[in-house]
Amino acid sequence: METLITLLVGVLVMVAVYLLLSRNFVRIILGTAILSHAIHLLILTMGGLKKGGAPLLTEEGSTYSDALPQALILTAIVISFAVTAFLLVLAYRIYRETGADNLDDVRRESDD
Amino acid sequence: MTNALVLPVLIPLLTAIVLTFFRNSFVLQRILSFLATASSAGVGVYLLLRIQSEGILRLDFGGWQPPYGILFVGDSFALLLVTAAATVTSIILLYAFSTIGESFEKMYVYPFMLFLLAGVNGSFLTGDVFNLFVCFEVMLLASYALLILGGRKVQLVEAFTYITINVLASWFFLLAIAYLYGATGTLNMAQLAVRVTENGQGPVLTIISLIFLLVFSLKAGLLLYFWLPGSYSAPPAAIAALFGALLTKVGIYALIRMFTLVFHHSPEITQSIIGIMAALTLIGGSIGALSSRDIRQIISYNVVIAVGFILVGFAAGNEVALQGSIYYVLHDMVVKAMLFLAGGLMISLTGKAKIGEISGLLRNYPTLGWLFFIAMLSLTGIPPFSGFIGKVLLGEGLIEAETYVLLTLAFVSSLFVLYSLLRIFLNCFMGEAIISSEEQVVLKKRTLLPIVLLGVLTLAIGIGADVLAPFVNDAASTLIDPQTYIEAVLDKEALLKR
Repeated sequence: METLITLLVGVLVMVAVYLLLSRNFVRIILGTAILSHAIHLLILTMGGLKKGGAPLLTEEGSTYSDALPQALILTAIVISFAVTAFLLVLAYRIYRETGADNLDDVRRESDD
Repeated sequence: MTNALVLPVLIPLLTAIVLTFFRNSFVLQRILSFLATASSAGVGVYLLLRIQSEGILRLDFGGWQPPYGILFVGDSFALLLVTAAATVTSIILLYAFSTIGESFEKMYVYPFMLFLLAGVNGSFLTGDVFNLFVCFEVMLLASYALLILGGRKVQLVEAFTYITINVLASWFFLLAIAYLYGATGTLNMAQLAVRVTENGQGPVLTIISLIFLLVFSLKAGLLLYFWLPGSYSAPPAAIAALFGALLTKVGIYALIRMFTLVFHHSPEITQSIIGIMAALTLIGGSIGALSSRDIRQIISYNVVIAVGFILVGFAAGNEVALQGSIYYVLHDMVVKAMLFLAGGLMISLTGKAKIGEISGLLRNYPTLGWLFFIAMLSLTGIPPFSGFIGKVLLGEGLIEAETYVLLTLAFVSSLFVLYSLLRIFLNCFMGEAIISSEEQVVLKKRTLLPIVLLGVLTLAIGIGADVLAPFVNDAASTLIDPQTYIEAVLDKEALLKR
């Protein structure tokens, strides 16, 4: 199971890198979003998958999943949500100011 | 245990939240934001004095004993930086009051500056790697907002690059955290140190440490500084000064902390890579500073050179060099803020930013000219000012470590710093005055006051180096001997149980 998820992370990173290398704002932003999903999956995998019951401490609880990675991911998701929202607004603002939706056009415009 | 340890983060954070409700009352915003930063600096000094008598302080949030909860750890190094950051921010705020303009004040510029300070102080104080990531993000989100305030085209475009790079850096940070957790099963810095020592720093941990190095060097501008000059020269002077003084220092702090506390077992790999990166940074920064003609670009490249200089001291890896680095970080915060403010004032007074276009400013604004001159001398390391003591100790440490190449590069780079700033001084302040005394813009005293204050501060650090010495020595000795830090965080029981 861990191997499969790790491979999935690899595929996600590959897609994200491809998107990040393009010049279009929206593609870059989608790239960062996919990138952060990949890392969240990786953190989850690092805690170990399928280890037993819910992370609740009881008297006779023997095996339970590691709760820490989930807590970490929750925080990381909130942060990446905020950053993605900010980037989208910024891209829209650049479009409103310059009429360009990719880095090449913006650069050309500011050179003139 | 002391609750005061959270105040340098809590005060700016709460004040910023309160201030968002008073968008249109500028006077209240100014007074409260200044009080918040000044009191954070006060708390920093108080804690610094307490550390000298009581040893390293710590605060376990919610009463969860380490290694289980999140905690703040205050040692001399962290609190020296907290105090310096809060002091410099309050002086920059003074400058912002008279220059930033109503449109910025309306768009929450002071709350954002306070959020930035909260993130910076949190990064200095935290004792948990994931919490360090969160504090970094608080700081970065505030810096994104500050960078685009004003909404000029160049700012927006620079901001897009800056944010994308930082998202990528944050991704690597999370990657390193995930691997570290997978390899050691903990994220508490002290427990990490214990576990890495016990199991030995094998190849896997060294690779993880290199990912951390990549992250922190992106933040600090160590070798990976390509994003820095562009984004530091886009925003107004007060905000650029805040960036130049604080942001790279957080990266430097995190780098020094992680590599002295946790990953200090294979210095032949990590230290030497940091040394090489620092050397290349010095060379690249010097070339950049000499080749630019824009005042802000030259000053931004000087930030890069300073990062290289500080980390050369760290790469030497002995106590004297570390003391030098610590002195130099403190000095650099003050002087970089001063340079950015003076440079920004020159640009706003003349409306021009290239060094060929301005001349003879010394006749119009003599005080500004001499203040710039002081900043230049201090940065080069001329004795009565603060740069001197750091450079001397760093030189001693490098000789002790017998790393003569780094020594040469570090001190040759000082000459380039001098030359690049002297070029601004000779071109812009000397020579024929281009502005006649009738049409010159009046320079208000309260605009100049913050730069004077920073000038006094650099002189005070230089002359009062003896007063600072016990704190700096304590900070360096804690860094060299991580056992002190570990014992302060993990109690004996926890150490036995592990």
